[in-house]
Amino acid sequence: MTDAELAELVKSALLKVAPDLAGEEFAAEKRFRDQFEVDSMDLLNFMIELHRTTGIDIPERDYPKLETLAGCVAYLKTKGFGK
Amino acid sequence: MIEFRMPSLGADMEAATLVEWVKKPGDRLKRGDVIAVVETQKGAIEIEVFNDGVLDEILTNIGEKVPVGRAIATIRGMDEALGPALRAAVPVAAPEKIAPVTAPPEEAARPPPETRVVQAQITPAARRRAQELGVDLAAVKPGLGGVVGLDQVEAARPVTKERPGILFDEMRNAIAAAMARSHREIPHYYVASTIDVSRLMDWLEAENSRRSVPARLICAVPLMRAAALALKETPELNGHYEEGRFEPAGRVNMGVAVAMRGGGLIAPAILEAEILDMDELMERLRDLVARVRGGRLRSSELSQGTVTFSNLGEETADSVLPLIYPPQVAIIGCGQIAERPWADHGAVVVRRTLTVSVAGDHRVSDGRRAAQFLTHFQQLLHNPEKL
Repeated sequence: MTDAELAELVKSALLKVAPDLAGEEFAAEKRFRDQFEVDSMDLLNFMIELHRTTGIDIPERDYPKLETLAGCVAYLKTKGFGK
Repeated sequence: MIEFRMPSLGADMEAATLVEWVKKPGDRLKRGDVIAVVETQKGAIEIEVFNDGVLDEILTNIGEKVPVGRAIATIRGMDEALGPALRAAVPVAAPEKIAPVTAPPEEAARPPPETRVVQAQITPAARRRAQELGVDLAAVKPGLGGVVGLDQVEAARPVTKERPGILFDEMRNAIAAAMARSHREIPHYYVASTIDVSRLMDWLEAENSRRSVPARLICAVPLMRAAALALKETPELNGHYEEGRFEPAGRVNMGVAVAMRGGGLIAPAILEAEILDMDELMERLRDLVARVRGGRLRSSELSQGTVTFSNLGEETADSVLPLIYPPQVAIIGCGQIAERPWADHGAVVVRRTLTVSVAGDHRVSDGRRAAQFLTHFQQLLHNPEKL
């Protein structure tokens, strides 16, 4: 998968748990928490959705790496997802 | 025959606009069934019935704004005779073709019952469009000649589908009304404690590392569990104060303050939180937050809260001194958990700590009771594995 495709996958995972963000522009480097006021429940649901769509088991200590769109894309790549 | 009235939707809402009838005349109703959906300052809310029975007659049209307390339908017991609306409906053949005709606004508020249920023809295009839009054909008002076409389906499109999300100005008005009343009527007192939650956080991290992603807990869950258990021991903090009297609640219906993106907040309740273990609490909280974000809350969740829990969460502020949501008599506020210097047996160490505040209603309790609550809350959190 290309970076753009991975980014789409990440966006759709976030939109699934926060449908009210549909149509929003995502900044690559801005933390979801800062850009969209997502809270801890939204973030956990986002992790579940990422886990569900990618099959990657995401330990809690990795959550900080998944706080931005760019961070998520990089993380999925290091986990070898989409190769 | 029972008149079903628009239920209370919390202290700050006086009226709601009917957007959908989920049940139609003749449908069986069980206590807790959703009978209708209304649009309010805080989004769409599902209205539940309080009695078992059969929906007899619908008294309110889609689009009508109804004050709390006004009859919107009649419900009869299982063994009561049919009401006029149903007697008219019985001879009509296929249920698919039945559409209760809601009166156009220019007509009298309540047309004769016989005209309320007629046979309507539905065009195939309209049927398809209705499916697409999620419009209930039984609730669509036919056009001229009793035909339901595309225009009629479009007109019946649920309000919530057209404007998802919330009218923030109206939500701010609702919050302003409730909080002004709280500030005006309730003599608040505050007590607060800072507690060492290192053990709790260690336990939670160990627990979550064992659990698969979907089964993990967020830290609000043990806090809510401990609060619910401690509240059972301090009934003066859990209940309603109305008409000069305090009514203790018995159960702990815990309102959870959920901030909305774009501003505003809402505090729907998790009913009987004290009997839920942490996994159940997590599930209920997840469901509640999901419905605050993109779904519908139920009337009981907005009117039956007996206490409110407000958790600021990560990267917010160290403590909060919240206002009580009337007619409740207490609110518990948690600041952010962070590493802070902590005195321990004569040494200063680094611990993860949490500042918890309780606002209580002085007409019902004193600071001493709230302090007892905090002590109990703290003890429970020191043994998270027993929660």
